[in-house]
Amino acid sequence: MIPGLLREAVARDGETIVYVARERLLEAMRYLKETPGQDYDYLVDVTAVEFRDRERPLEVVYFLRSLTRKADIRIKVELQQSDELAVDSVYSLWHGADWLEREVFDMFGITFRGHPDLRRILMWETYAEGYPLRKNFPLRGRFSRAEQVRQALNLNPEGHYSLEELSIAEAEGDLPDDMRDRLRRGERGVIPDPPAP
Amino acid sequence: MKRVGETTEVSGQSPNYLVAKFQDLVDWAVNSSRANSLWPMPFGTACCAIEFMATAASRFDFARFGMERQAFSPRQADVLICAGRLPFKLAPVIRRIYDQMPQPKWVISMGACASTGGIFDNYAMVQGIDTIVPVDVYVPGCPPRPEGLLYGILLLHKKIKGESLFDAVKRRDEQPLDDKGLRLPPETIDEISEPFGNSVHQFRSS
Repeated sequence: MIPGLLREAVARDGETIVYVARERLLEAMRYLKETPGQDYDYLVDVTAVEFRDRERPLEVVYFLRSLTRKADIRIKVELQQSDELAVDSVYSLWHGADWLEREVFDMFGITFRGHPDLRRILMWETYAEGYPLRKNFPLRGRFSRAEQVRQALNLNPEGHYSLEELSIAEAEGDLPDDMRDRLRRGERGVIPDPPAP
Repeated sequence: MKRVGETTEVSGQSPNYLVAKFQDLVDWAVNSSRANSLWPMPFGTACCAIEFMATAASRFDFARFGMERQAFSPRQADVLICAGRLPFKLAPVIRRIYDQMPQPKWVISMGACASTGGIFDNYAMVQGIDTIVPVDVYVPGCPPRPEGLLYGILLLHKKIKGESLFDAVKRRDEQPLDDKGLRLPPETIDEISEPFGNSVHQFRSS
């Protein structure tokens, strides 16, 4: 084990929870994945927790599993509310982290540095009301229902797909030429400015 | 039944009387054909869709009412059945499906969530699909049993049989009046609708 990496470890009810400093997350993850004897080769899930106690930091939680050793471990990174909410992306280690981290970004507003394509995934890209799973987010959203309906109807769902997503849906061949050119250059549809809240 | 062109003092062999009779005959023929061969376009998003499938299957079998062919293409459909809650992300999708359906077209809102948002009074869910497309029949229930949906379909039959070819107002295409997406003037909407979204402060036109 790399000295100084581990901040705190809890073993309870057969579960191991390890707290890691956020600067050294990538280092710790690489250690867990690549060291013989650890072999945590499968990233099960990435999620985040915000507690009702405003003093407590947000936690980003990584569930790792070793398929060969049949062992699980949970890695947590604490983010202070006063700090910038950002951690390093583990996409370079597990490509499966791509959409998991996008979901955490979408719901909590936590930025993953080094993520190749950090966009909203559940809410639409032009969603301007905030991050729904944060404690300061009102259950019904920030805009009036009528405004939400108006924004939803003015969405252009096709406008924001990437070429990659369209080729998954086998829609690439059906695209108009100008749209295919635009997507090939990496340009998405025009994302309108969100209205002032 | 009262029709456009029919006067109240229908007496003897006035020309109006004959015209009205002829219109009634045409309406009867057209409406019976329409009502007894409705092709549903299922838009199933949640557990209501399971009940919808049960309604379509052999025990309840809505083919008995002329809905033999389920159209999974809006271009060949008559009635859009929204079975299940509708998130905002699907709102433009159902609107486009509705726009793609040829006239005449009807909409059944199946279940509490499709009709009002139901238990999902939250940031992600449309509070009733009638904020997106016009709805003809609401079927309550969570989810409604197949009998409930069949009753809704029969109510729709009744409604169709009361329509008239000669009343152009009923089946005109509604286009948005402005960029807010309203299809009626705001004063009219406030007059005929109530506050919605489980809140007394929000009106549909705001």
